Amino acid sequence: MSSSLSYAYYPGCSGQGTSIEYEQSSQAVCKALGITLQEIPDWSCCGSTPAHTVDHTLSAALSARNLGQAEGMIVNGVITPCPSCLTNLKTASHRMKDETFRAKTNALLEKPVNNTLPIMSVLQVIYEQVGPEKLKEKVVRPLTGMKLAPYYGCIMNRPPDVMDFDDCENPIAMDRLMEALGIEITPFPLKVECCGASYGVARKDIVMHLSGKLLDAAEDCGAEAMVTACPLCQMNLDLRQGQINSANKTNHAMPIFYYTQLIGMALGLDEADLGMKKLCVDPGKAFRKMEARKAEALEESVVRRSGN
Amino acid sequence: MKIGVFVCHCGSNIAGTVDVVKVAEEARKLPDVAFASDTMYACSEPGQDGIINAIKDLDLDGVVVASCTPRMHEPTFRKTLERAGLNRYMFEMANIREHVSWVGKDKEANTKKALDLVAMAVAKLTQGKALISKKFDINKRVLVIGGGVAGIQAALDCADGGLDVILVEKTTSIGGKMSKLDKTFPTVDCSSCILGPKMVDVAQHPNITLYAASEVEKIDGYVGNYQVAITKKATYVDWDACTGCGLCMEKCPSKKSTDYFNEEVGTTTAINILFPQAIPKKASIDADFCIKLIKDKCGICAKVCPTNAIQYDQQDEIVTEPVGAIIVATGYDLFDYTKYGEYGGGRYPDVITSMQYERLLSASGPTGGHVKRPSDGKEPKTIVFIQCVGSRDKSIGRPYCSGFCCMYTAKQAILTKDHMPDSQSYVFYMDIRAPGKLYDEFIRRAMEEYGTQYVRGRVSMLYPKNGSLVVRGADTLLGKQVEIEADLVVLAVGAESAVGASKLAEKLRISYDNYGFYMESHPKLRPVETNTAGVFLAGSCQGPKDIPQSVGQGSAAAAKVLVLFSKDQLESDPQVSVVDIKRCVGCGKCIETCPFGAIEEIDFRGMTKSNVIETICQGCGICTSTCPQGAIQLQNFTDNQILAEVNVLCQQTLEKSFE
Amino acid sequence: MSADSGKELRIVGFLCNWCSYGGADTAGVGRFQQPTDLRIIRVPCSGRVDPLFVLKSLVNGADGVLVSGCHPRDCHYSEGNYYARRRLEVLKRFLPVLGIDTRRFEYTWVSASEGQKWKTVVEKFTEGIHELGPAPVIDATMIAKAQILAATAL
Repeated sequence: MSSSLSYAYYPGCSGQGTSIEYEQSSQAVCKALGITLQEIPDWSCCGSTPAHTVDHTLSAALSARNLGQAEGMIVNGVITPCPSCLTNLKTASHRMKDETFRAKTNALLEKPVNNTLPIMSVLQVIYEQVGPEKLKEKVVRPLTGMKLAPYYGCIMNRPPDVMDFDDCENPIAMDRLMEALGIEITPFPLKVECCGASYGVARKDIVMHLSGKLLDAAEDCGAEAMVTACPLCQMNLDLRQGQINSANKTNHAMPIFYYTQLIGMALGLDEADLGMKKLCVDPGKAFRKMEARKAEALEESVVRRSGN
Repeated sequence: MKIGVFVCHCGSNIAGTVDVVKVAEEARKLPDVAFASDTMYACSEPGQDGIINAIKDLDLDGVVVASCTPRMHEPTFRKTLERAGLNRYMFEMANIREHVSWVGKDKEANTKKALDLVAMAVAKLTQGKALISKKFDINKRVLVIGGGVAGIQAALDCADGGLDVILVEKTTSIGGKMSKLDKTFPTVDCSSCILGPKMVDVAQHPNITLYAASEVEKIDGYVGNYQVAITKKATYVDWDACTGCGLCMEKCPSKKSTDYFNEEVGTTTAINILFPQAIPKKASIDADFCIKLIKDKCGICAKVCPTNAIQYDQQDEIVTEPVGAIIVATGYDLFDYTKYGEYGGGRYPDVITSMQYERLLSASGPTGGHVKRPSDGKEPKTIVFIQCVGSRDKSIGRPYCSGFCCMYTAKQAILTKDHMPDSQSYVFYMDIRAPGKLYDEFIRRAMEEYGTQYVRGRVSMLYPKNGSLVVRGADTLLGKQVEIEADLVVLAVGAESAVGASKLAEKLRISYDNYGFYMESHPKLRPVETNTAGVFLAGSCQGPKDIPQSVGQGSAAAAKVLVLFSKDQLESDPQVSVVDIKRCVGCGKCIETCPFGAIEEIDFRGMTKSNVIETICQGCGICTSTCPQGAIQLQNFTDNQILAEVNVLCQQTLEKSFE
Repeated sequence: MSADSGKELRIVGFLCNWCSYGGADTAGVGRFQQPTDLRIIRVPCSGRVDPLFVLKSLVNGADGVLVSGCHPRDCHYSEGNYYARRRLEVLKRFLPVLGIDTRRFEYTWVSASEGQKWKTVVEKFTEGIHELGPAPVIDATMIAKAQILAATAL
C-alpha cells in the first residue's frame, strides 16, 4: 500500500452505534481504494454538539486530545467520516492557531498538541486523493439507472474558512463521486440545508418539519433515493422517516444511503461489509428501479442497433 | 535669515493633543527664527493677515506654518507669502495635524514630535531659495475619456465653451450605462428620451471629434501639452461609408452573437449596430462570431451593403491627438453576482441582474418591453428584488454602498406594477438610502401607492420548487424567517470600478483606491481634480454615482478645464531640476534615468553637459539621486535641504564622539 | 533635537509625496493611532531618496529608517519607485558591511488610500526598532576598537 495515502483515523462515537454501517463501509471502501487507516490509539469523544456550547477551551481540549494522540503517528493527516467530529477537530485546530488559545488548551492536556497535522473528512480524501476518474476505473458494478439526491448536511462545508473544502453553498464532491459510479444526480437544491440535527430528541417537531422538507424536495426533483455523508442526517431521514410521514401526512419510502455504501457496492465489495441491512427504509425498491431502467436502456440500444 | 514660525491650533484639532503654545515658545529658540507664535486658524483670514503683518513688520525672509498637511494648504499659504511680497517658495509646512495630533493621544510626545517637525521645516527653509516660474504655451484642446452621461455632459460643456473636444469611447456607441436604462428615478421619465438628444448633440457639434470603438493607448506630456495615442479598434466596417441602414444586420446569418448591449438577454447578429439610437449609428462586426472572419466563408454583409463599407481586412489604427487637458469619465461596471453561492451562483436562469431586468422592461429591449422570464418566457406574477448584492458586504470585499440601488429598485418595482398590474413585488433590503431631492418620497410611493412589500433583512438562499424559486430570508423587523415563492428574482447588483480602470490610471499617472475608483485631489474641496495637473474626473469612475451627480460632475470637470484654459499661458512649477554647469561632468546618467525625457545633452564651450528642459521636467528628482557629482539638484528638494532635515533629527557626529 | 532618553526612539521616514505621504495623511484623517517615534521627511518620489540619506541618518544616530513609496506600477512619475527599489535593496545588503543591523532599515509601498496599512507599517516597524533598542552610540571606546581593527587589518 502506498504510504502517501496513510491517515490517522478518528471513527467517532456514532460509528460505534447508530451509524455502524457508515463506519464499516468507510473502512471497507478506504481499504479497496488503497487508503490506509490507522485508528488513533485510545481516542475519546470530540465533544460533539454540547461541549462547545458550554466552553470553547474545554471543547477544544476534548478534540485536541485526539489530535495529540495522532501526532507521532507516521501519517499524512487525521481523517474522520463524521462531519460533526470533523467540525470539532477542525475548529479546535483553527482556534489553536492563536498562540494564547493554544497555550490555554494545552494547559488542560496531559500531552501538549503541536497542531501540525491537517484534518480532513474521508470524503475529502476520496475526492481529492483518489478522485472521480480513478474511482470510475475501479467500478466493477456500475449503478447506472439510479437517481439520487445528494445531501451534504449543513456542516460538511461550513463555515467555509474553517472547513476549507468544496463550495459552501453548492458542494459537488459527492455529486462527482456518485456520477463516477454511473448514478444520475438530480438537481437537489437543498444540499446544505439543516435536517434538524440533534433536535430529534428535544424538539421532534423541528426535525419533522426540516427533514420532511428535505424528503419532499428530493421527491420533487425526481430522486429515488438520497445519499448523505453524515450519521445524524442519515438517522433523521432514515430512522425517523416513518415519524415524519405520520407527522406531515406524507408517504415517503426514500432509502437513505451513506455515500460509502454506494461506492462499496459499485466496487463490488461484500454487502455484509457495507451494512446495507442496517438501513431502516428498504433500499430494495431503489435497486429494483435501477435494474429495470438498466434493462430498458439495454433494450433500447439493441432496438436502435437493429434498426440501423 | 529671518524666519517666522506660526503654529496653528486648528481649533482643537491640533491644540487638543499638542501644546501649541509650547511649540511656538521652543521654536523661538531655534536658529534663524526671528518670530514664532501660535494662531487659532492659520488658514483663516485673520490667520493669514497675521502672517502678512509679521512678514512686513519684522521683514521676514521666510515662513514656516505648522498646521495640517501640505497637500491641503500649501498653495493657500504660498499665496499669502506672495501677497506680503515674499517669494512663494520661501515657505515650509510642518504637518502637525495628520501626522501628529490626529494619530497620537500622548500630549507630551506629540508636542515633542511637533517641535521636531517645526525644527526640520525651519532647517529646510534655511537652505531654500526663491524660485521663479516660467510661462509656457498651452494647447486648448481637451480629451474626454468615456462617452457615458458624465463624459457626454463634459464634452458638450467644453465644446459649447469653444474648446476642441476629443471624445473617446470604448464601445461602438456613446451613451454608457444610462442608454441601457428603461426609465429613470425619481421622475420615471424615459432614459433614452432625455439622453438621446444629448447624444445627437455630440454627433452634430462642430467642436467635438468622436472616436467610438477606441481606447487610449498611451499618454505622454504634461498639463497644457499632452500627446495622446488612441487605438481605433478594427470594426471591419468603413465608418465613413456606412450609413447605418441596418441591411447587413437583417441578412447576417450568425444570429447567436453575444448581445452586450442587452446584457446577454437574447442574442444579436455578428454584424450589428449596438442599439437603434446608437451614436455613431454605424455597424461593426464582432470578430468572435463572424463566419467570414472565423472560417473565411459567408461574406453576405459585404454583398448586401449598398455602400460597400465592409472591410474584412481592417486593422487597428493608432492616431495621436495633442491636447492640453484630460477629463476621465470611464464610469463603472456591475458586480458579478455569481460570487454569491446563496443566490445560486448563476445556476438559475430566473435569477437576473437589475440591468438585465432594465432591458426586459425597455420597450426597445429584446422582449419589446414585455416582461418575460428567461427560463420559459412566461410573465412573472411574483417578483422578488434583493438589494445590496455586492454592496455593503465585507465578506466579498465590497464594504461600500453603491448608492443608487435603493432608488432603482424602487423604480423597477413601480415599473413592474405598471407593466403587470396583477403582479406583486417584494424587496429585501438592509436600509433604505434615499437622500436626494424627491428620492424618499419616491420610495414611499413604491411602498404605499404601488403596494411593494418591503422586507427588511437579507436573503439566505434561493432554491427552485415547482417551476418557481423559493426565496428564503429573514424579516428582521418581525424577527421571523420568511419564504416567498417567486417567479423571477432580480438582484440589485452594486457598482464596482470599471474593468481596466487601474491600467488607465497608470497611463494617466493618477491614483486609485483599494476598489479601483480614482482618487480625487481632496474628497470635499477638490472633488473633480486629481493630483496630476490637467487631469480631471467626472462621474462614477471616482465612486458610484447616480445620473444627476454624474451630470453635475461632468459639468464641473468641464468648468475646471475652461478655467485652466482661460489663460493663454500656464506657469510652470519651478520645483524642477537645475544643473550646476560647473559640477556637471557630462556623464549622461541623468538623461538615462529621466522618465520624461526632460534632460538633454548640450555643448557648453566644447564640453558635454546636461540641461533640463524646464517645461517638461515633472520634479521627481530621480536625476538628483542619480547624479554622481551632485550637479543636478531638484529645486526645493535639494540634497542640502533634505540633509538639513536629517541633521535636525540625527545629531550624533563623529567629531563629538572624539571629544 | 537629540534622541529621547525616554521610551521614544529616533525613527526617520522618507515618504513620497503622492502615495505614502498621502497614505500617512489618510491614516491621520481616519484617526488611526500610531506610535509617536517616527518623523517624516517629505520627498517628491521614492526615487528621490539617495541611499546616502538613509546612511547619513543611521550613522548619525537614527535608530531606524523607513522609506515608503507608491506601489510598483503606480508611481506618479512612472518609474521612480523602481529606481528606489534597486538602490535600497543594494543598500540593505551593504549595511552589514558598515556594521549596521539591516533590521534598522526598511522600505515599503503604501498608496494614498491605504491609511490602515500605513498604521500597520508604522506599528510594526516601530515595534521592531524597539525590540532592537537604541542604536549603538559611537563613543570613544568604539572608535578605539575600530582603530585597532583597522590597524590589525593592515
